[in-house]
Amino acid sequence: MRAASAEPTPFFLVRPWRGALDFLYKTLVIAEIEVLKLRHDPTELVTRAVQPALWLLIFGQVFTRTRVIPTGNLPYLNFMAPGILAQSVLFISIFYGISIIWERDLGILQKFLVSPTPRASLVCGKALSAGVRGVAQAVIIYILAVILGVQMQWSALALLGVMLAVMLGAACFSVFSLIIACLVKTRERFMGIGQLLTMPLFFASNAIYPVSMMPGWLQAVAHVNPLTYEVDALRGQMLLGGASVYGLAPDFCVLACVTTALIVIAARLYPRVVR
Amino acid sequence: MGMIEIHDLTLRFGKRAAVDGLNIRVEAGEIFGLLGPNGAGKTTTIKVLTTLLAPTEGRAEVAGHDVVREEAEVRRAIGYVPQLLSADGALTGYENLMLSAKLYNLPHKTRKGRVREALALMGLEESADRLVRQYSGGMIRRLEIAQSTLHEPRVLFLDEPTTGLDPLGRLAVWERIAQLREAYATTIFFTTHRMEEADEWCSRLAIMNLGKVAAVGTPAELKASIGQADATLNDVFIHYAGNSATPEGRYRDIARERRNARRLG
Repeated sequence: MRAASAEPTPFFLVRPWRGALDFLYKTLVIAEIEVLKLRHDPTELVTRAVQPALWLLIFGQVFTRTRVIPTGNLPYLNFMAPGILAQSVLFISIFYGISIIWERDLGILQKFLVSPTPRASLVCGKALSAGVRGVAQAVIIYILAVILGVQMQWSALALLGVMLAVMLGAACFSVFSLIIACLVKTRERFMGIGQLLTMPLFFASNAIYPVSMMPGWLQAVAHVNPLTYEVDALRGQMLLGGASVYGLAPDFCVLACVTTALIVIAARLYPRVVR
Repeated sequence: MGMIEIHDLTLRFGKRAAVDGLNIRVEAGEIFGLLGPNGAGKTTTIKVLTTLLAPTEGRAEVAGHDVVREEAEVRRAIGYVPQLLSADGALTGYENLMLSAKLYNLPHKTRKGRVREALALMGLEESADRLVRQYSGGMIRRLEIAQSTLHEPRVLFLDEPTTGLDPLGRLAVWERIAQLREAYATTIFFTTHRMEEADEWCSRLAIMNLGKVAAVGTPAELKASIGQADATLNDVFIHYAGNSATPEGRYRDIARERRNARRLG
C-alpha cells in the first residue's frame, strides 16, 4: 500500500478523469503500433494505391466521356473521386478485423487482453489505426486527382473535414469488421464474409452514381448504408463546387453514432476471440 | 493466504469439462509446475488465472484478488507468457518492450531506463533495434519474459515456456526466470511437458489429468509416493496420468505445437 501524499492530487488523477485519460492514452499506444509497422515496411501503402488508381484512370476516364450519369455541374471524374476515396478506405477497413485473428493465432492478442488495458481502448486503437491507413490512402488519391485535373477544395477547414470523414469512415467499417472477426473467429470464414460484404456495400451507395438514379428498393438500402454518408461528406468538402446532398452535420452525426454503437458492441465481444 | 488459490474450479466448453473441480494453492515465492498430458486442462487453468476465461463454477484468487470480480487488480499484479509467441515480429525488440511499458503504465521518466535494463538482463542489448522476426526462438522467449516482467509482477505465468527451444535456449530461459525470482521474489506458475525441467526447477508441482489434480507435492515427495525404487518424475507422470482417456492429444493442440516449433526453430 502506498502512503498518502501530502500534496493535493491534480484534477486529472481523480478517478473518473484518470479512467478517461488512461482510455485515451492506451488507445494512442495501440494505434502507435500501426504507425511503427508502416514505418518499418511502407510497401503496403504503395500496393494499396494501385486499385483506386485503376478506378480513377480507367473507369473514371471512360465514364467521363459517356455523360449518362447525372452529376449536376460536376464532371463525372470529379464526382467519383470522393467515391473512390471512400471505396479504398472501405476495402482496407472491412478486412481490418483479420488482424485480430492473426494476432490471436500468434498470441499477441492474449498479451494485450492480460494487460491492464481497457477493452474499449483495444477496439478504438484498432479503429484509429485503420484511420491512419485511411488518411494515407487519402493523400494518394489527392495526388492522383490533382494529376487528372480534378478541381479540389484546398481550404484548411475542408482538408480537416475530409480527414475527419475518412477517419470516421475507416473507424466505422474497421470496428464492424472486428465484430465479425470476434464472431466467426477463423480466417477462412472471415475472408468469405468480407468478400460477401464489400461489393454490396460499395454498389448500394452513392460512391459512383447518385442515389437519385437508383430504383426505390436500392435507395432504401443506400440510405441505411453508412458509406453513403461518408461519400456525401467527402463530396461536400473535397471538390470545388461539390455539394453535400444530406448536409455535413447529418453526415457526420450518422457516422459518429454508428461508429460509437459499433465500438460498444465490439468492446463487449473482444475477449471472445481468444476463447 | 496463498499467492494463487484455486477453489473447486470448473470450466466447461459446451458439455466437455476442460477443468473439473480443480483445487490448487501456491504460496508466495514458489516455482510451481503444472504437468499433464495434452488436453488435461493446463492451458485452460492458466487462462482462468490470467482473466482470459471466466470459470463456469468455483473461483480463483491471484495475489489476493478474485479473477472475475477484481480482474483489473489481477491484471496489474501478473505477467503472462502465452504458449504461442506473443512478441510482435514486425516490431523491434525495443519497440515491443516500450509497448509493454506503456500498456502497464510505467512512468514516462523511468520507462526508457527500465527497458534498457530489461534488455541487458535478458542479454538482448545487441539486437534491441532488429525486427523480432529475425530473432532466434530463445531470444524471442527471453524478450517475452522481459515484456511480461517489466512491471515487476507478483506472479508470472508461463505456458510451456521452453517448447521448441534447443537445450541452450532452454537453459538461458530458466536462468533468467531464476534471476527474476531472486530479484523481485516473483511467484512463478508454469506448465511444461519436460519432466527433467520440472524436476530441476520446481519447488512443487501438480500433475493434472482430465481436468483434475492427480497428485501434488515436491518432486521428491511425488517420486517417493508411487512406491517404486529409484523412481523418476517420468515414472510419476505415467503412474498418475497413464490412464488418460485422450493420450493422443487433440488435432488443434498438435497443429499449434508444430506451428510454434517451426517459428521457434
